[in-house]
Amino acid sequence: MSAYKGDGVILMEDKIVVKNLDLYYGDNQALKDVSIVMPEKSITAFIGPSGCGKSTFLRTLNRMHDLLPNVKILGRVLIDGQEIYSPDMDVVQLRKRVGMVFQRPNPFPKSVFENVAYGPRIHGEVRKHRLNETVEQSLRGAALWDEVKDRLHKSALGLSGGQQQRLCIARLLAVEPEVLLMDEPTSALDPISTMKIEELVTVLKQKYTIGIVTHNMHQASRISDHTAFFLNGELIEADDTGVLFTRPADKRTEDYISGRFG
Amino acid sequence: MKAKQTNALATLLLWLAALAIVGILAWFLIFILGRGLPVLGPQFFTGPNGVGGQFFNSFYILFLSLVFSLPVGVGAGIYLAEYAPKNRLTDVMRLSTESLATVPSIVLGLFGMIIFVNVFKLGFTILGGAATLALLNLPVLVRVTEESLRNVPASYREASLALGATMWQTLRKVILPTALPGLVTGTTLVAGRALGETAILIFTAGMSVSRHLFDLRLTAPGETLAVHLYAVQANPLPGTHAGRVANGTAALLVLVALAFNLLLALPSRWLQHRLSGKRG
Repeated sequence: MSAYKGDGVILMEDKIVVKNLDLYYGDNQALKDVSIVMPEKSITAFIGPSGCGKSTFLRTLNRMHDLLPNVKILGRVLIDGQEIYSPDMDVVQLRKRVGMVFQRPNPFPKSVFENVAYGPRIHGEVRKHRLNETVEQSLRGAALWDEVKDRLHKSALGLSGGQQQRLCIARLLAVEPEVLLMDEPTSALDPISTMKIEELVTVLKQKYTIGIVTHNMHQASRISDHTAFFLNGELIEADDTGVLFTRPADKRTEDYISGRFG
Repeated sequence: MKAKQTNALATLLLWLAALAIVGILAWFLIFILGRGLPVLGPQFFTGPNGVGGQFFNSFYILFLSLVFSLPVGVGAGIYLAEYAPKNRLTDVMRLSTESLATVPSIVLGLFGMIIFVNVFKLGFTILGGAATLALLNLPVLVRVTEESLRNVPASYREASLALGATMWQTLRKVILPTALPGLVTGTTLVAGRALGETAILIFTAGMSVSRHLFDLRLTAPGETLAVHLYAVQANPLPGTHAGRVANGTAALLVLVALAFNLLLALPSRWLQHRLSGKRG
């Protein structure tokens, strides 16, 4: 499956193409020559033991590393054929298109409504009725509307952890992104909330290209279309999820998914 | 058994220390207010040796000094907390702030006098007092701002930037509102200290008041309550009931300080509720 290694021809349905990506924290190389493609409107799971670079990789896709000093990135990342590390890339526009959900739910200390309206507002929407529509649509999109429609103007911090995480997804949907990056979005949640997020993610892939980092292999196999296995900063193997979990090409992948380490 | 006894003893000692604080404060309040409160009344402000002018000057100078120092202090604090890269220049900035904070206020007063009284030849003025007092406020404001911004969880920043917000939007709409209660508390502390400051103002705002009550001119002489207390005690003029005036002024200063803390502490709580609750 050379297509997943990203060294073949770029296909129309390849939303994200990463070529020979190296990332250094100071002198420490955290990603080594990573090449991969993420097809449009599908879920790509990134698995691997702690510290393998999977979260680091995810954060290269919306340039979140720009916030840290001493990070050096080499190689190419193309989204819709556009070089995101080129000097004339507008990072603000990039992050609007490529949104991120974090490990711990991080709603703002504002009301539910204001959390979701935050994105549209900073991107210039002032019309009240448009904001109301966007907030409702986004909350429905994140399967949260029915639970919060009577408490839109109460603090988001009063929601449960799972609700907060879905609120963060709604907040993201409100800026109409194309790509959703999720960095272990359920690792801080209980099993029921986790199930709801997983259901939601599989629905969202109809409209969005999704990259999800998870340390939970069952989660990866349940929800993703493609899976990429990272080890010590290297992409060991990427393939259709069904193939990777049943007939991995690399011995290290097999060892990891069969629980021999990690 | 020994550990248990040591524990009991330690608990007792710590409790006594805490009790001592309350005791000392109570003793202080009873003493100062007991002597001063009977003197207070309308006459104390508007009578022949009334302190109405000083009372007004205290707040006017405080207000002006905050007008001068808040933009610079808060601005520098925001820069250090959010924008400053880790390099030698920002180390120098931090060191300067720390150094300014440790300058004895009487030395700042001397500096203010040389600038405003001697060089600019303004005499003792409200302007000179307020501007020099601003120097005292500055370092604390920088510190307080930086601290309260740093206390805002990094996850809020990440969330906002990941939605495509600029640094400025993130600062204005997420970080500052979240840090506001801390900023208000910090400003209260600064204001409280400035309200009681004497050394600086003796040298710059002087020990006399304008003949007109509520004189807003920046070049008017600006004796404040705290300076007045010093002036009447250090150099009591015969026939002015200096002792009574000093006692009353002391009580008034304490009341003002208490009222001030209450007034600014309450909005801070309210703000916190409002920002994390309803529409913010």
